[in-house]
Amino acid sequence: MTSLFEVVSTESSVDTPIRRITVTVNGKQHTLDVEPRLLLAHLIRQGLELTGTHTGCDTTSCGACTVLIDGVPVKSCTMLAVQADGHDVTTVEGLASASELDPIQEGFRDEHGLQCGFCTPGMMLTAKALLDENPNPTEDEVRWALSGNLCRCTGYQNIVKSVLLAAEGLRAKDDVEEDEAS
Amino acid sequence: MYPARFDYAAPQSIEEAVELLGRANGEAKVLAGGQSLVPMMKLRFASPEMLIDINNIPGLAYHSADPDGTYRIGALCRHVDLEKDENLASQQPTMAAAAPLIADPIVRTRGTLVGSLCHSDPQGDWASVMSALGGSIVAQGPNGRRSISCIDFVTGPFQNVLEFDELAVEAVVPAPVGTRAGGYLKLERRVGDFATVGVAVSIEFSGTQVTRAGIGLTGVGASTICAGEAATMLVGQDLNADNIDRVAVLAAEISQPRSDHRGSEAYKRHMVATFVTRILSKLLPTTQKVA
Ligand SMILES: Cc1cc2nc3c(=O)[nH]c(=O)nc-3n(C[C@H](O)[C@H](O)[C@H](O)COP(=O)(O)OP(=O)(O)OC[C@H]3O[C@@H](n4cnc5c(N)ncnc54)[C@H](O)[C@@H]3O)c2cc1C
Ligand code: FES
Ligand code: FES
Repeated sequence: MTSLFEVVSTESSVDTPIRRITVTVNGKQHTLDVEPRLLLAHLIRQGLELTGTHTGCDTTSCGACTVLIDGVPVKSCTMLAVQADGHDVTTVEGLASASELDPIQEGFRDEHGLQCGFCTPGMMLTAKALLDENPNPTEDEVRWALSGNLCRCTGYQNIVKSVLLAAEGLRAKDDVEEDEAS
Repeated sequence: MYPARFDYAAPQSIEEAVELLGRANGEAKVLAGGQSLVPMMKLRFASPEMLIDINNIPGLAYHSADPDGTYRIGALCRHVDLEKDENLASQQPTMAAAAPLIADPIVRTRGTLVGSLCHSDPQGDWASVMSALGGSIVAQGPNGRRSISCIDFVTGPFQNVLEFDELAVEAVVPAPVGTRAGGYLKLERRVGDFATVGVAVSIEFSGTQVTRAGIGLTGVGASTICAGEAATMLVGQDLNADNIDRVAVLAAEISQPRSDHRGSEAYKRHMVATFVTRILSKLLPTTQKVA
């Protein structure tokens, strides 16, 4: 078990409130002691050293810090780590397996959906939530779903194309899996 | 950015939450979606000693109509629950029009309608919608529940009549007299921005005749403006281009916009009138069809 209150402050005192939480991140369960004011973004980045989750604006505007909580996109700079207790968190590190990229990552690679890459983890997780719910979105639906994620580089065109390509890839993959199953 | 140090409790029932609020004696804040409170705490505009997180209380995530048509929105109904409800448009057209225009899609997965009312931000969209609909808020305290009309609920920017030991458990929209129509239009500079101007209109019809009408204005005053006087002009009449014009002019007069980086006072007034006209004009053919 890891103690994480030192992420916010190196000195803990008797008055420091501490809560023990159990959270599953990318399939791995962690039991941790956290201060209630620890933000989920910091638990992930500093505590668990999963630095794929970026913090950009730190004011709930840019979506770079987006992670999935039980499959739902959430800005992790605006959620307390204690609130993740008992929940499943997916970060960008949870997308790829050791040997293969996720179809969403392939989409971004093939359509050049990133330049500096800062917004990309948030974009991909928001896209994942969209495609899990709607495997065949229109371009408008993609733009609408991504409208809470800001990108300063690409002008969005290629991000939208990437998500549409990823949708195709995922549908093809599902077809293959269905064929194999039958 | 970190919030100042606070203690945290996640009660499992409304009663427990109310008790904790009472015990904290005014030093605690309720945490719902956290999409207004957490940013304020990070900026240290708010530093409560304790947060009472209501997210683990079962049975608060509903939005539904009673058999008599009264509509209830529980304290954990998120903006996205309303946005994705395909049946909402037929039952609550004004709410259905507003839901996709609140903040951005990710904020909408956490933020709640009731939390937005409690936040009492003059720029909040739901307060205008609820005031147009004649809605109310049900608060539970140590001595039971009371109902507060949305118009009386807000006392100023970020201020309302809730006692420190009261939890808002739901928002309530009364059953319509006849059929309900309406809409919400919002001028925003980009997704996620607060309204430069927002206009909520709700009209109830019996046949072609207006039985009840409400208008709420966002972003054009120090708090949400209920332009009820403008709307009630329509009661007892059939909608026509003429009375729509008069309501639009009156609503613009009632608004109290200030010139700022989002636009001049004159521009904002003009947009109030334009939005009232747009929403009401859309209702014209429907009512004529009914006749
Ligand atoms: C980037 C961004 C853009 C936004 N844009 C818009 C916009 O365009 N339009 C808009 O209307 N809103 C906007 N919002 C605000 C958003 O809608 C919030 O979700 C909402 O204002 C507050 O709801 P919440 O559930 O997140 O409340 P919280 O942040 O949890 O709480 C807000 C306040 O209400 C109190 N409170 C909450 N629930 C209760 C309850 N049940 N009983 C008693 N007190 C309670 C809290 O103590 C706190 O003081 C935006 C927010 C962000 C971050
Ligand atoms: S860092 Fe969280 S929204 Fe920008
Ligand atoms: S690729 Fe640079 S911010 Fe999006």
